[in-house]
This record gives sequence, C-alpha cells and structure tokens, in this order.
Amino acid sequence: MSAISTPIAQTPGAWKLPYRSKVGMACLIIAESAIFTIFVVAYLYYAGKSLTGPTPREVLDPPIFYTICLLSSSLTIHFASRFLERGGRGAFLGFWFLTIFLGGLFLFGTGREWHRLIYEHGLTISTNLFGTTYYSLVGLHAFHVTVGLIMLSIVFLFGLAGRVGSEQSARVEVLSMYWHFVDAVWVVVFTVVYILGR
Amino acid sequence: MEWEGVARLGAGILLLVFGLLLAAGLCTASTPGENPVPNIFQPHSTPADSIFHLSLFVLTITGLIFLVVFILLVYALAKFRARPGDSPHEPPQVYGSTQIELAWTVIPILIVVVLFLATTRVIHAVQDATKPANVVEVIAIGHQFWWEFRYPALGIVTANELHIPVSDPANPTPTYLKLLSADTDHSFWVPQLAGKTDLIPNRVNTMWMDPHRTGIFLGQCAQYCGTQHAKMLLQVKVDSREDFEAWANAQKQPAKQDESVSAGRHVFETTACINCHAVAGTAAKGRFGPDLTHMMSRSTIASGAAENTPENLGMWIQDPDMIKPGSLMPAMKLSDAELDSLVRYLETLR
Amino acid sequence: MSSDAMAIGAVEIEGRPWVETLHDWITTVDHKRLGILYILFALLFLLIGGLEAIVIRIQLMHAHNDFVSPQVFNRMFTMHGTTMIFFVIMPFMFGFANYLVPLMIGARDMAFPRLNAFSFWLTAFGGFLLYFSFLGGSGLYGAGTAPDVGWWAYAPLTSRAFSPGHSADYWTIAVLVSGFGSIGTATNIIATILSMRCPGMTLSRMPLMGWMTLVMSGLVLISISPLSAAQIMLLVDRYLGGHFFDTQAGGSATLWMHFFWIFGHPEVYILVIPAFAFASEIIPVFSRKPIFGYPVMVAATVCIGFISMSVWAHHMFTIGMDSAANTFFVLTTMAIAVPTGIKIFNWLGTMWGGKLQFKTPMLFCIAFLFQFLIAGLTGIMLGAAPFNWQLSGSYFVVAHFHYVIVGAILFCMFGAIYYWYPKITGRMLDERLGKLHFWLFVIGFHLTFDLMHIPGVLGMPRRIYTFEPGRGWDSLNWIISIGAFIQGIATLLFLTNLVVSYFKGPKAGNDPWDAWTLEWSVSSPPPVYNFAVIPTVESRRPLWDRKHPEDPDSRYE
Repeated sequence: MSAISTPIAQTPGAWKLPYRSKVGMACLIIAESAIFTIFVVAYLYYAGKSLTGPTPREVLDPPIFYTICLLSSSLTIHFASRFLERGGRGAFLGFWFLTIFLGGLFLFGTGREWHRLIYEHGLTISTNLFGTTYYSLVGLHAFHVTVGLIMLSIVFLFGLAGRVGSEQSARVEVLSMYWHFVDAVWVVVFTVVYILGR
Repeated sequence: MEWEGVARLGAGILLLVFGLLLAAGLCTASTPGENPVPNIFQPHSTPADSIFHLSLFVLTITGLIFLVVFILLVYALAKFRARPGDSPHEPPQVYGSTQIELAWTVIPILIVVVLFLATTRVIHAVQDATKPANVVEVIAIGHQFWWEFRYPALGIVTANELHIPVSDPANPTPTYLKLLSADTDHSFWVPQLAGKTDLIPNRVNTMWMDPHRTGIFLGQCAQYCGTQHAKMLLQVKVDSREDFEAWANAQKQPAKQDESVSAGRHVFETTACINCHAVAGTAAKGRFGPDLTHMMSRSTIASGAAENTPENLGMWIQDPDMIKPGSLMPAMKLSDAELDSLVRYLETLR
Repeated sequence: MSSDAMAIGAVEIEGRPWVETLHDWITTVDHKRLGILYILFALLFLLIGGLEAIVIRIQLMHAHNDFVSPQVFNRMFTMHGTTMIFFVIMPFMFGFANYLVPLMIGARDMAFPRLNAFSFWLTAFGGFLLYFSFLGGSGLYGAGTAPDVGWWAYAPLTSRAFSPGHSADYWTIAVLVSGFGSIGTATNIIATILSMRCPGMTLSRMPLMGWMTLVMSGLVLISISPLSAAQIMLLVDRYLGGHFFDTQAGGSATLWMHFFWIFGHPEVYILVIPAFAFASEIIPVFSRKPIFGYPVMVAATVCIGFISMSVWAHHMFTIGMDSAANTFFVLTTMAIAVPTGIKIFNWLGTMWGGKLQFKTPMLFCIAFLFQFLIAGLTGIMLGAAPFNWQLSGSYFVVAHFHYVIVGAILFCMFGAIYYWYPKITGRMLDERLGKLHFWLFVIGFHLTFDLMHIPGVLGMPRRIYTFEPGRGWDSLNWIISIGAFIQGIATLLFLTNLVVSYFKGPKAGNDPWDAWTLEWSVSSPPPVYNFAVIPTVESRRPLWDRKHPEDPDSRYE
C-alpha cells in the first residue's frame, strides 16, 4: 500500500484546528477545577460541624484589599497580553511586572492573615474541622498562586532579556489563561469561606 | 475452518453446564441449625423476603435478555462465518439503520423503567416501613473484631451472638437495630434475615428484621475492617417468645458469685482483664472488649472464631494469635496455675 | 537483527552499544516508543498482579487454610487491586492510545511529546514506589509493609490510629503521583485529537478509537482529580493533624467514600471505554463491514461519559442513605445501562451479514461480547438497591467486576495485542499459540468467574483471608482456584508467544489484516516520522476508499 495520499486540491489554510497549547491549558484548568471543587465541597460539608475551637465568625476577617489586588492582576495581565500582541514590549513588561507585584501582595496578605489566625487565635490545621478545611482550601489556592508567580517571573526575566516579542504572544496568552483561572478560583473560595461559610 | 463450528458448540455446551451449576448452587438447601448455609435465596424475614421477590423479578428479566442476545450472537456466528467457497467480494457495506437502532434503544429504556419502578417499591417497603408498637430495640456497636449488643429497654449488654424473638405476622414483634461503630467501618450481614447495613463511626444507621421461624442464622461482617475482618462472625438466635424472655431474664442478672472460684476471680480482677472487660456485679467495668457477665451462655468465643470450650478459652487467654492472629486482645502470659483458676472462674459466668 | 534497527525502519545501524539504545529509550519523546514502554510496563505489572491473585486463590482453596497469614493476605488483595487498576489497565490503555491515536489521525506525534514522556515516567515511578513498600513500609512502628487497607482505602481504617507505619502512605503517594501522570496523558490526548487531525478528518470522520479515547481522557480529567484531592486530604490527616476523615473530631467516614467513588465509578468507564474502542476497530475488520451505527456509537459513548458522573453512590447502597438518595442512584444506574447495552447490539449489527473471520483478535472480541453481556446483566442486578443490600460486599460483586475487567477489558486487551502487534513489531504472532491461549483462558475464566457468583449468593463476603467450612462455599472455592491457575498458564503461553514471535514470527507487511484506518497505510513498524506526507482523508475509512476507488465510503457518509 502506498503511503502517498491521492492528490486532492485543497484551499490553503482551509483546515483550521484549535491551538494545541490552549486546548492543553483548558484541560489542565478543567482538572484543577475538579480538585478545587472537592475541597470546596469538603469545606461546605463541614461548615458548622466543628466540635471545638474558634468558629469562622469569631476569627475570619474578609481580606478585601488583597482580593482587589488579586482580581486587578487579572486586568493587568490582560493588558500586558494585548500590548504584547501589538508588539508593545515596554508596556507589556510594565503591566506584566504589575501583575506579579499584585499577585505577590496577595500572597503577602494571605501570610499575614495566617500569622494572625495562628498566633492570635490559635487556629491551626489541626485545631478543628474549620481549621483543617480552611487552611487546606486557602492553602491549595495560595500554592497555585505561587506556582503562577514563579512562571510569570520566569517570563518576566525572559522579557527583560529581550526574548519575548509578539511572536510569543500566543504562548503568553496561554499562561494568562492560567492566571485568570487562579483568580476565578479565588472568587469562589472567597465567597465560600468569607461569605457563605460564616 | 470447520473445527471452529465445533469449538463454538463446545463453548455453548460449557456455558450450559455452568448455567446448570449456577442453578444447582442457588438451590442449595439448608435448614438453620443443621447445616447452615446463609443463602440469600432462602429468606426467613420480611426484608429478606422482599429482596428475594425483587431478585426473582430482576433475574427473570435479565435472564430473558441474556437468552435473546445469546441466541442472536450464536446465530450470527454460525450463519455469517466466512466459508472456503465464498466469493472474494466484500459483503454489503451497511452503515446502520435508524429504525433498528431506535427499536433497540426504546425497548431497553422501557425495560429499565419497569426495573426502576419495581426496585423503588421495595426500597420504600424496607426503608420506610412503619415501626409497629411492639419492637425489640437493640443497639449494635461494631468493634475490631467483635460485635457488642445492647438492649437498652431490657438493661442487657452482651456480645457476638444476638438473641431475638420470632415475629408472628399476625402480631409482629420485629427487632430494630441501631448500628454504631467504635472504630472503623463494619457491616451487619445475616443473609437470611435482611440485606446488609454498614456500621460507620460517627454515624447512626438503622435496620429491622422480623424472623418468621426460630433457629440459628449465620452471618459475618461484610465490610473490610482490618486484619481479622474474616473472623468477625455473627450468630442470630431466633427464640420463641418464651425462650427469649427466659434468656433476657437470665442476662439481666449480675454474675453468679461462687466462692470455689475466688482464686480465679482474683486473677481476673488484678491482672489487666478488667481494663477491657466487664462482669456485672463486680469491679470489672471495662468496655473495650466484650462483656463477659454471661459469656458461658454463648456457644463460641472470639466472635465465632472458636467453640466455647475450656481448652479454647485457655488458648485464647494465653495467646490469642493462636486462634485469631491480629486480634486486639493481648497475650496475657499467665502461669499455668493462674490460667487454670482463671478459666475455672470464667466457666462459672453462665 | 538488533532491535533498534527494526524500530527505525528502512535504515539499519550496525553494532550500537546497548547503553546507547537504553539511553534512547529512556529519553525518548516519540509517541510510539512511549506507547511501547507503557505497554511493557503494564504487562510486567500484569504478571505481578497475577501472582498476587494466585497467592489469594491458593489461600482460599480450603477453609481455614494457612498458606499465608491474615496480614499477608490483606496486603495481597490490596496490592492486587491497586496494581491491576492503576498500573496495568490504565497504563495499557494510555500506551495503546499513545501509539495509535497519532497514526490514526494522520499526525506525526502527540501534541506535547515531552509532557508525554514526563507523564509516563510519573506513572512508572508511582508503580515502583508502590512496590517499594514491601521493603520500606515498616517505618519506625514496624507495623506492616505493603498497604493492606483495600484498594479503596476507606477511612478511618487509613488514619494514623488504625494504620500506623507508612504502608498507607505508599498507597496514597504512589497512586497520587501516577494520577498526575494520567492527567498529563489525558491532556495530551485531548489536545492531539482536537488540534492535530490531518486535513479532511473532521471529528465525525475519526476512527471510533479516537472518539472513545477522547471521552476516556475527558473522564480522566474530571474523575482522577477528586481522588487526588481526597488523597491530599488523607495526607493532611496523617501528617499535619488534619481532621478531614477523623470521626473523633466530627469528621465523616462517608465523605471519603463519596470522594472515592466519584472517582471510582467513572474510573471503571475509563477502563472499559478503550476496550470498547479496540472492539470497535477489530470487529468491523474481521466482519468485513463498517461499524454499524457510527453516530450512535459516538453519542452513546458521550452519554456514558456524562451519566457516569452521576451513578457513584451505587457503590454505597449499604451505608445507610435514605430511600430518596438510594432511589436516585438506582435511576441513574439503570439509565447508564441503556447506552452501554445498545453498543452490544451495534457490534452484533456489524457482524450481521458480514463474512466473519475467526482469527485470534476476533475470537477475543467475540468472547468479549458474550462476557460483557453477562457482566452488564449482573451489573443491573447490583443496581437494584435492595438486591444490592444482599450482594454488595460479597463474592457476587467480585465475580461481577472481574467479569467486566477480565472478561470484557482484558479480553479486548489481548485482542488488541494480537491485532496491532504486527504493526508495532513488523511480525505476526503465532496464530495456533494464540488460539490455544484463547481457549485455555476462556476455560479458566469461566471456571473461576462463573462459579464465583455462587458463594456470594450463599453469603460469602469479600476480603476475607479465610472462610468457615460447611457453608456451601468449600468445593466452589477450590474449583475457582483451579480456574485461576489455568488462566495463569494461558497468560504465560501468551507472553511466550509475544517473545518468540518477535524473533521468529513471519513478516507482517503494512496491512496484514486488510484493514481500513490510517495506521495500516504505513510500514510495520512505522517510520519514526509516521507519514512521509500528511494524508488527506474524505471518509471514515480512508484505506477502503483507496482500495475501492469505484465505491468509496465518502459517497455514503
């Protein structure tokens, strides 16, 4: 059998399939959403069921400022992407750095809150059901923010070295998909922990 | 390739033989107490009965489906096999048929609806049955690897062998069990009396049974709970009303005091026994292990792992791993004299 | 002839040092080599898992047998289940998907070759970590070696209190790590199928193998993750003092069950759907007809994917859910029987009116049809909740799921190897040895798993290291064990065939079966670049169109 196909006239560019990296990132986001869903379910299931210890109402303080930081970083990364598509490397780097800064600020805020909870209120992961589910859920999210920040920083360093231009905008777009996902998860976590769970 | 046809026939015959074996197995007769086979198709209580009738219905329908498809498959294999004299052309390339596919989708849907309705009826009959006035309430607590049974209304605590009264359909006196667990997950399964229900820590489950005849019904733990899951055996002794009352009265009494075994009782109360075991009317109030107040009223020890004889009792106390390796009872390592007097003491706990 | 010369195809390289070959294989990112690595890994663990089964069956030949201690027995059934599911069937399916999907869709490799390699090595690491537990599981407590908590690892049996030492951790981490590998491969498969099909291959012209692998991968994404989440929670409990499943602190044992079975049920479809894919490729070729009802087969598979996320608690009918919950899960379970069952009719319809060739791949698929029918029917029995209250936790369930996993899935796996071995290695497997393997295995399988339903009905629970005599279980267990030994012998015959045919089998050529999908258009084994020219297709059976230009499929689709 010949390995050469029957020659058929085809219009160039008529066969268009989705960009594989976007599909891959979408798959990762789906899988991660499933993991977060399970942690959210555990949080909601155990809400109010702790036998002892501090309750959410007693100790939780909604981190409004740091939430605004994180959600704004979605905006800044969006602008950074747009600028890069059009070749505006300087603006891209500026907004990209702002994204990292805002994300870092959010992590700092989480750290501060945890410090307060542990040392002022004695709430740890082993204190009660609330402690276990709270630190696990918020911690899982913070872990994903950290991984995201590491990736963003690597791209930033490449950008400073002049290696990120409009040809890389599709790949940068894929990374910003991840960042948007991390922000969307925070919207859910914030709602569940600081609004519903109290 | 003629031998293929023969081979097909052979396979068909094999299947028939297995079917017959299956049927034979299902019809295995048993009389409780004589040669007890805990056969789910020999129910002696309403929940088990309801399940049995549902199962017959399901088996009939699935049996029919099997026959139809099996016959079609065998026919296709015989009729459409490639024969040496065939033309070299490919057979007609049929891609599908909307009508046929619709038919074989709709019919299964109908069958499934019927099965679903039949099943729902039985679920409600068993789980949402109204509780009559005269019930025997039992709390069953699962432990690694034994069963604790408490009758709160009667003030009885016992272990491993459950006594319940027979229930007259005209005037039912079912037994309602509340199922708890002290450690891991267990499951209470006495096939001839009811379907199984799990005992899960931090959760309260309930089940009921109303045996229609007296006798001994066997079962065992049906949820893997650790090393000796296999030996967490169950005996349900269904007594007549009179026998049950007699048993209950005897169980309510504190342990008999017998001066001749005071040496053994001294061993019991000064070694670690009382940390785990209780004997009503004495200083022994441990709850980690079975209540021993009337242990001689039971036909087995170690939750069915051995017959309740003095030899086995001695072996069990000295080294439980000889009978049930991995059970949580420690080896007591008593001297021969201590062991002998202890066993004599325990033998008085009727 | 050296093996690397075969793999490269036309070009021969003389006298390469074996370390170079080994290095090539370890660092490969080629989907075909990774596919072979996955399959070899799976076959190795099939042997090991099979040995564990033999140990179990020897112990259960007589009541009160003492071939192994209860502690060892409990480790055997835990490792047997965990191995077969996570380190045999899943790697095997990923291996075949890896090998075949790019070839079938006219691509040169998977979408992410390096992710492909990484995912394989994660899975391999998980497998070896699990078995390292035999050496390292004691930890400081000296308590146990390999995990002995059952492959579902129910809480609170897995808590520190009831599982001291590290054996439970080996289970948790090994499966967690290989789970990440599975998610990686699933992502790769989806991206490959969506983004790398050759021109003209719309999704509706893709071989059914492509569709089924796509659905299976989607299921992996959303069902392995709940297990990973639950395992992370278990590690938090065991190492950070968490209380997710700590019933003493108000935690819930049933929460673990829900999380596990939300994974566990779709998992069985992850295992069986690729088996359906193999049957859907093999049966048409050996019936000389296209698959009957391609669109409905696709629709049914997608339906199964969705419904499978809603049936999980039929594994939990005995935990004391209320009648409303039980009724709901009966409904969804019965519902999923419909798309699953009608596939049998589609395969039957494919064979109907055809010219059936009873070569070894086809024999395995025919047996699959019979056995999957029975397995599905016992599944319906188990789906009727009250009937389930008697049958669950007993040997009836063990018989049912082995009927699916061995009788349906393993049989299709054997069929797939007989069918595609020529493509992968360039040599045919011995047909007579194949038929001997088939018949011996059928006899052993039915001896074991037909009879196994009976002790369940007679009250024998599962996961017991010994049973009481005189309950009607004795002779049955003995015969069941004999059947297991026969299956073991048949499998050894099969492995012999694989090895001997590699060196002595007749050359296969491109297309030994006169088949119709793209992988048969290239040499056997394919060149490393798969296709010299990326093909363009106009129908579901591009090679049929080439062989029958006067009557191409494209006219009818």
